[in-house]
Amino acid sequence: MRPILMKGHERPLTFLKYNRDGDLLFSCAKDHTPTVWFADNGERLGTYRGHNGAVWCCDVSRDSSRLITGSADQTAMLWDVQTGTQLHTFTFDSPARSVDFSVGDKLAVITTDPFMGLTSAIHVKRISKDPSEHVCLFCLCADILVVEIVPEISESVLVLKGPQGRINRAVWGPLNKTIISAGEDAVIRIWDAETGKILKESDKEIGHKKGITSLQKSVDGSHFITGSLDKSAKLWDIRTLTLIKNYTTERPVNAVTMSPLLNHVVLGGGQDASAVTTTDHRAGKFEAKFYDKILTEEIGGVKGHFGPINALAFNPDGKSFASGGEDGYVRLHHFDQDYFNIKI
Amino acid sequence: MVSNGGGNSGSKIRWGELEEDDAEDLDFLLPPKQIIGPDEHGIKKIIEYKFNDDGNKVKITTTTRVRKLANTRLSKRAIERRTWPKFGDAVHEDVGSRLTMVSTEEILLERPRAPGSKAEDSKAVGDSMAQLVKGGAVLMVCRTCGKKGDHWTSKCPFKDLAQPAEGFVDKPPVAEANMPGGAVKGAYVPPSLRAGAERPAGTEMRRRNEENSVRVTNLSEDTREPDLLELFRPFGPVSRVYVAIDQKTGDSRGFGFINFVNKEDAQRAIDKLNGYGYDNLILRVEWAAPRTN
Repeated sequence: MRPILMKGHERPLTFLKYNRDGDLLFSCAKDHTPTVWFADNGERLGTYRGHNGAVWCCDVSRDSSRLITGSADQTAMLWDVQTGTQLHTFTFDSPARSVDFSVGDKLAVITTDPFMGLTSAIHVKRISKDPSEHVCLFCLCADILVVEIVPEISESVLVLKGPQGRINRAVWGPLNKTIISAGEDAVIRIWDAETGKILKESDKEIGHKKGITSLQKSVDGSHFITGSLDKSAKLWDIRTLTLIKNYTTERPVNAVTMSPLLNHVVLGGGQDASAVTTTDHRAGKFEAKFYDKILTEEIGGVKGHFGPINALAFNPDGKSFASGGEDGYVRLHHFDQDYFNIKI
Repeated sequence: MVSNGGGNSGSKIRWGELEEDDAEDLDFLLPPKQIIGPDEHGIKKIIEYKFNDDGNKVKITTTTRVRKLANTRLSKRAIERRTWPKFGDAVHEDVGSRLTMVSTEEILLERPRAPGSKAEDSKAVGDSMAQLVKGGAVLMVCRTCGKKGDHWTSKCPFKDLAQPAEGFVDKPPVAEANMPGGAVKGAYVPPSLRAGAERPAGTEMRRRNEENSVRVTNLSEDTREPDLLELFRPFGPVSRVYVAIDQKTGDSRGFGFINFVNKEDAQRAIDKLNGYGYDNLILRVEWAAPRTN
């Protein structure tokens, strides 16, 4: 395959996300502008200007009309996907690390970093139900918006505190009943989304040994995968938090994703960005590694980046995937036919 | 394709009469944008004209190949999104901005091993020496012709050897094949001398093995210990490789020592490699003089 190289970002990539139809690809980077691309040919559709810090994460609503981004400028912003206009800004006291829309897109879970003495926190925000209401209030009568909408929309429904260190990812569990969080303390927690109590915690013995960098749900939401700096990725049941599979690799894992089509798991990573210049480029192992989900055996690697891979996303049709690296490139890979016939 | 615009259009408007700021206003002087294709091969040509910073007229021809990458069934909404106007920074994007490129390099999903070689791999697990050789094979790069994975530098067919290589060229594979095959011949090999022997055992043997020490002189400056190991390993298990390094400059002093586990291997190495051309120098390989202490 000949990957498509997209060089829209000037700084390392942090996150990639396809919309549900798989025709748009959203990319976040440490430069301040999230970008949307056409996922088939890599053409840039637009940028979302407004953040004033590294953008760590994004999520797109199911109907591809709303984009939410979390940034180090201590805000999370809600955008109109089509026009790139800012609809709302959620302000926090510390950098926003991860964002995730709930099923139905009425709520969003946003995590904030420990900062200036504040501990990390998980916030649940209510997103205004009617998109047209947003358009009206935000675009046509912006003054009223500040007075009326902000109290309604900006109040956190729920704030969860407790874990030590940064929470790198928090996502919604099945039917929005739980929130699953993972972060620097290497523990995966399942929270009750109503009461904010911890329901389950991953066992220290079987769990990750070092900080968890990424977490991704399966398409059906029955299980999820976590990638960690301890050079492994683990597959967990989303309800019982039982460890299903373990994938070991040679490098810290920065990004994980699962194929929606085949039983494949992709791990991205590489040595620390700070060590890259001191070693041969072959030593970095900046490959996207494919593993068989069930046999946990390595299928192959896709090379190309010349920095660690920070972000991975699979197209919902399973026929292409995108990787974003510390090198500032997004590489869009459309699989050749023989990929679909790989046998172990 | 820079042509001096002044010559072509000077008859209508004198350049001097125009103010410098309103360069955009000159756009009407330019021929219209032309789009040719895409033809049946998917080749599309876009010819544009614009003024560059020096006021020269520039013709920009962009040739693109439109390729169908994947058969995707798009939803109605996705098709509608295709027609969305660009926004943000993408609005000002012109054809010349090479933000999106197709890799010139063909990237393959590299399999960790060839399918079907699994059994072979597990067999070799016990034999650390065989694994070493295997591991080396992956990094096999000929320093003479630069070919990867085909042959060692020592077996490069393109090398003009100082000494005819007919004796040597064919030998290393034989030696390699023989090495683990000591048992095949039925001769007893003590565990410490077997191919799979642990390294720590080898270091213990170092004193005794000093007599199996081979001195190599006339090494090129670039030769390092791994190179020597690569050169000598085909003759048999090697317990120590040393290249003399100048303490001050860090450069090689041009000689080194190799200790073999077996004396016969050392003798064979001396026989084959003495006078052998390596990195455009002719090696001198001999028994190391016994240490005088």
